[in-house]
Amino acid sequence: MENQTKIKVESLNLSIGNKVILNDINISIPKNKITVILGPSGCGKSTLMKSMNRLTDLYPEMKVSGNIFIDDEDILHTKNDVTEIRKRMGLLSQRPYPLPMSIYKNVAYGLKISGRVNKQLLNKRVEHYLQQASLWNEVKDRLKDPASSLSIGQQQRLCLARGLAVDPDIILADEPTSALDPISSQEIEKKFLELKGNYTIILVTHILRQAARIADYVVFMYLGEVIEQGPAKEFFSNPQTEITKAYLRGSIN
Amino acid sequence: MNWNRIRDNISPTRLQINKFNEVWMLVWTLFLVVVPLFIVSGLLWKSSLLLENHTLKEIIFSSEWKPMSGKFGFLPFIMSSLWVTLLSLLIAAPICLFSAIHLTQYANRYVLRFMQPVIDILAGIPSVIYGVWGIIAVVPFVAEKIAPMFGVQTTGYNILSASIVLAVMVIPFILNILIDIINTIPKELTEASLSLGAGKWYTIKHVILRKALPGIISAMGLGLSRSFGETIAVLMVVGNVAAIPSGIFQPGYPLPALIANNYGEMMSIPQYDSALMFSALLLMIIVLFFNIGSRFLIMSYEKRFK
Amino acid sequence: MKKDSNKKTSFKKQRLKYEEYFFRGVMLLSSCLIAFILGLIIYSILVKGVPSLSWEMITQTPKGGFYFGKEGGILNAIIGSIYLAFGATFIAFIIGLPISLYMNVWLSHKEKWVNMLRFILDLLWGIPSIVYGAFGFTIMILLGIKASLLAGIIVTALLILPIMIRAIDEGLKTVPKGLKESSYSLGSTKSELAFKIMLRQCIPGIVTAVLLSFGRAIGDAAAVLFTTGFTDNIPTALNQPTATLPLAIFFQLSSPIPEVKERAYAAAVILTSIILIISVLSRVLTQKYNKHTIKF
Repeated sequence: MENQTKIKVESLNLSIGNKVILNDINISIPKNKITVILGPSGCGKSTLMKSMNRLTDLYPEMKVSGNIFIDDEDILHTKNDVTEIRKRMGLLSQRPYPLPMSIYKNVAYGLKISGRVNKQLLNKRVEHYLQQASLWNEVKDRLKDPASSLSIGQQQRLCLARGLAVDPDIILADEPTSALDPISSQEIEKKFLELKGNYTIILVTHILRQAARIADYVVFMYLGEVIEQGPAKEFFSNPQTEITKAYLRGSIN
Repeated sequence: MNWNRIRDNISPTRLQINKFNEVWMLVWTLFLVVVPLFIVSGLLWKSSLLLENHTLKEIIFSSEWKPMSGKFGFLPFIMSSLWVTLLSLLIAAPICLFSAIHLTQYANRYVLRFMQPVIDILAGIPSVIYGVWGIIAVVPFVAEKIAPMFGVQTTGYNILSASIVLAVMVIPFILNILIDIINTIPKELTEASLSLGAGKWYTIKHVILRKALPGIISAMGLGLSRSFGETIAVLMVVGNVAAIPSGIFQPGYPLPALIANNYGEMMSIPQYDSALMFSALLLMIIVLFFNIGSRFLIMSYEKRFK
Repeated sequence: MKKDSNKKTSFKKQRLKYEEYFFRGVMLLSSCLIAFILGLIIYSILVKGVPSLSWEMITQTPKGGFYFGKEGGILNAIIGSIYLAFGATFIAFIIGLPISLYMNVWLSHKEKWVNMLRFILDLLWGIPSIVYGAFGFTIMILLGIKASLLAGIIVTALLILPIMIRAIDEGLKTVPKGLKESSYSLGSTKSELAFKIMLRQCIPGIVTAVLLSFGRAIGDAAAVLFTTGFTDNIPTALNQPTATLPLAIFFQLSSPIPEVKERAYAAAVILTSIILIISVLSRVLTQKYNKHTIKF
């Protein structure tokens, strides 16, 4: 249980033109834990995460090589439908981007694609996931309102509910608290700690303290390379490389 | 000591130049604000003679156009303008929308590199050239190919020909706005939808088009106002018969054509002169109405992304 | 239950896939149609016009009996159009450049005003050229001015002014704040920033603006319909009437005599060529000047 690997990245390279964004990435991400990808901005953290659910397909100028195994399926070279792969991962981006529709429809969006159209079942599922994201009590009387009428913290939780609704087993979160106020950020962090029993969570951040608070496993990246990875305790108490030490001291940012 | 000299000798003139520049530039900028007011009030003043002798209702809803006996019913011209512009939008709108989605979502950069100059050149071709093309190509095509399909005999100088020419003229205009609108939609929204398991097409249908809807409507509004004022090209192919058109194979006589055909020759009859200025005013009010409405819609739409 | 929903999913997916194929086809067709129409326009103008294009057409003014199909050319209209477009572009530039600089330097921290000005400019751009023409003509009558090159230049300048300002404005907008701030911190006044720094940064934008306006000025017919008059002579002074290419095409095309009509097609070839040359020129120049702009 302790060592079960969910995602395994092997010699992943990614470049745009002559510019190398990711250089020979090898990491393994444990199942049902919070893995934090840490590093200063512009080090390729977000790009690494986008390649995990193949959003890199959107940018034809990006050249990707290497392998990413999720439950032993090589998702970069699979014959299966990309949308099926993406559905297994919920995505939270830096700023919440609610879809241009009502609160209810935002959560139902993924469910409807999956073909579940039974009205009653749909209602139940929407309620369930809004509750999971601790948003239900705040929005239950105005499910028909446009999602953009929510506060930014609420919007981020709506995006979480929306992501959970497609029944993923992985949550990808790209600096999900960077646009939020401290209290909303705390709520999101708390949510992650609750959810990690059932989900493999990957969190990209450049906030050291956030990483220290919630990480089980840490991947430290610098200039497109993985410098160090390991269980959080070891990483913070006993860093191996000079760059990591410097980063933990705060001299690189 | 040295510093003081610099300050004393150079600074005052530099500051004076600066002040001087500021003043005359402000005056020129104010001139810009005055121009539209000037035009509107000028047109209003010139059309007052017509408005004194006829009620507005009579002018707009009567179809009797006999300038020599003092009867000025604008309905045929207004209806012709409506027919031509609405039909041209009906032709141009789907083409623009589909092409805009294609160019923003599916086309690779080679296609873009090819299409950008195509759109620019289409936008730059003068009205009169479109008119010539209309006479050479569209009019015979309508007369010999399209009309017989419906069992109609026509010279080809009719509402349909004018609408086709006009549609081609507004395509680059609408298309450019649509491309801008769709490109302002954040890419993260597409990413969010895709990561929920939606396909590309599903995302376009349910997220992108929905988000762009106000922008699409205003682009169409701007296109409408552009084609409403188009003069020479339409005038050359529309037939110019002052009667309310009863179908797309009938000739028409839009407002701009009325002004262009008759202005300069009616100075002897003050009421006629006034009536033509009234049609210019009418034209301007309608165009400004669509313009302001569409632009407000776009502005409120852009605000939501901030 | 699970199986059933899977079936439903795959059915829905299948349908979406075909729908996407269908619409992708329609979209591709739309884009192709647009390119095809441009080709068609140029092709039909060339096919009709080139056979009647002759050296005489572009080197001579109309001789006696020109409008009955006898000899002569349209040099008067070509020169007239070039005079008109140069004059109008020049005036619009002289007025437009300071206004766009004023908007981007003096008003740069008063966003509300700038936005309002941009709004007004967009509205002005939307006013049909026939309205400018008719209004200009009324003013001319009021002041007792005859139809002339100068009147045409003024009306056309007003017509292209909004395009000129908005196009330069688009260029000035992209000047980074940092450059403005560093210029201020070196002690320059607003005028110096505007005329020495912003201007130089925006040369590509200005070139595009000028060419765009020139193209619009040379092609517009409705604004000059009443204001320039029409004559067979090449104007030698600003107060003389002049012919223009668009109007030469327009008038000759309405003639019942086939030879005159053919000349209109030939004139259309000339006007189209001028527009195409301007378009190519603006592409080449923008690319060339872009090399010398500091990029951030």
